[in-house]
Amino acid sequence: MNFYGIKAIYLFEMARTWRTIMQSIASPVLSTSLYFIVFGSAIGSRMASIDGVSYGAFIVPGLIMLSILTESISNASFGIYMPKFTGTIYEVLSAPISAVETVIGYVGAAATKSIIIGTIILITARLFVDFSIEHPLWMIAFLVLTSVTFSLFGFIIGIWADSFQKLQIVPLMIVTPLAFLGGSFYSINMLPPFWQNVALFNPVVYLVSGFRWSFYGVADVGVGISLGMTLVFMLICLAAIGWIFRTGYRIKA
Amino acid sequence: MKLLDSLEMPRPAGAADPIITVSGLTKTYASGFQALKKVDLEIRKGEIFALLGPNGAGKTTLISIVCGIVNPSTGTVIADGHDIIRDFRPARTKIGLVPQELTTDAFESVWATVKFSRGLFGKPPNPAYLEKILKDLSLWEKRDSKIMTLSGGMKRRVMIAKALSHEPTILFLDEPTAGVDVELRRDMWEMVRRLRENGVTIILTTHYIEEAEEMADRIGVINKGEIVLVEDKHVLMQKLGKKQLTLQLQEPLASLPPELQSENLQLSEDGAELVYTFDTQSRETGIAGLLRRLSEHGIDFKDLQTSESSLEEIFVSLVRGRA
Repeated sequence: MNFYGIKAIYLFEMARTWRTIMQSIASPVLSTSLYFIVFGSAIGSRMASIDGVSYGAFIVPGLIMLSILTESISNASFGIYMPKFTGTIYEVLSAPISAVETVIGYVGAAATKSIIIGTIILITARLFVDFSIEHPLWMIAFLVLTSVTFSLFGFIIGIWADSFQKLQIVPLMIVTPLAFLGGSFYSINMLPPFWQNVALFNPVVYLVSGFRWSFYGVADVGVGISLGMTLVFMLICLAAIGWIFRTGYRIKA
Repeated sequence: MKLLDSLEMPRPAGAADPIITVSGLTKTYASGFQALKKVDLEIRKGEIFALLGPNGAGKTTLISIVCGIVNPSTGTVIADGHDIIRDFRPARTKIGLVPQELTTDAFESVWATVKFSRGLFGKPPNPAYLEKILKDLSLWEKRDSKIMTLSGGMKRRVMIAKALSHEPTILFLDEPTAGVDVELRRDMWEMVRRLRENGVTIILTTHYIEEAEEMADRIGVINKGEIVLVEDKHVLMQKLGKKQLTLQLQEPLASLPPELQSENLQLSEDGAELVYTFDTQSRETGIAGLLRRLSEHGIDFKDLQTSESSLEEIFVSLVRGRA
């Protein structure tokens, strides 16, 4: 195991985070704060509680998930896309480091950053609304699992993308709609029955639901199913990455 | 003491083992372009090997395969006793690469990028060693500068520092002096010699024949994906390098007098020039004798010049001949 190699990639990626701290940490925190002000305080105060939870508190887990999803993907995809774009990937390819180690370095750093952002948003949210966390360990588990899974997904996008446009298109056109329709701002029980069934095909529903359960003990779908679906998505990502490195897809001629 | 000294004697140059063995290596890119056609090549331990070839000959593809950046289509490469694919860890630990393109992380500092490279190659931190490399490459003053603020020549030095950061014993330099000023080129040659003295095997590709002529122990010529020849530099120069004496005659000759006829002496078609070819290495060139005999036959000349074929001419004739 090339631990020094993993550490080098991890620290390199984290250094990029600190270097661009305004963009990488301050901006998601700011945009989430705006959500809390608009949806949580301004509109939320006029909304009925959902499942016995005030609307302001209800959207906290969903908003954290929304940020983690988009941040994991954009971070991990950018992290691997840039060396491909500038050509510095030659060094990683020529180094005595395996595919697994490379992924641990890049994805580990992206997930770390997401977890930091998630935690900061959680603390920020506390300034706007009052909430409690019923199952803190599960909350952490969902936070970590989602960060890692979507960082893996971002890594795949970064490998696949051969232009900046493609790098943006998946997060923008697929992930954001799925996240917004995934019950960040509402319980899917509030949808008409037909759309409730459609929503079950949206993987984000399971993440938000599981995460919200860890806060308030209420969920749209069973917590076991949430956990299972997240793990399934993670395995799919791992399989895809395995295939990428076996074939050298888009990184090795 | 004496005994120890003799034990540490370097091995004689001729007996060097191969440190890299390339066998039956081919590469066909997805586009269908065949960049390498059955390449067999041995690099000896501790030598400076220059790989010459025109653009698109396959130099970079060959290097990229050995370093793990490009997958081979068929064939094997053994580096320091390790298969570069099955046993990639020990093989790659030994290899350093300075690629042709100046690809650097623009926003990183020189120190950070060199430190990163060392870690990536699985080596524990060693600031003293990195400091020495940066000082040797005149980069120490710039260690905290972002790479994007450096000149092209300085960036090239950074690339070399990165390649040396993990103490490789095999160093690939892909066109190290392309677009580099004279001073840096000198520095680089100096550095390559120092590395070789420390036992590092160096493989460089170049367009500049003078570079190969100046530096290399052995020279390989690659053209259209095939190794055209591999030869000791001196042998190559001797074998293919010839010196010619051209005499411009006062009066054109219809033919050479029979006593003067030899395979070394040729009369041009118009009879106005005599060309005498001689071996550069032998002590007796035979020029004095030739001139004496010419005057005995009353053949006068108005001008004379000698020329020596350089490695460049050898190279061009080789590549043209196979084209």
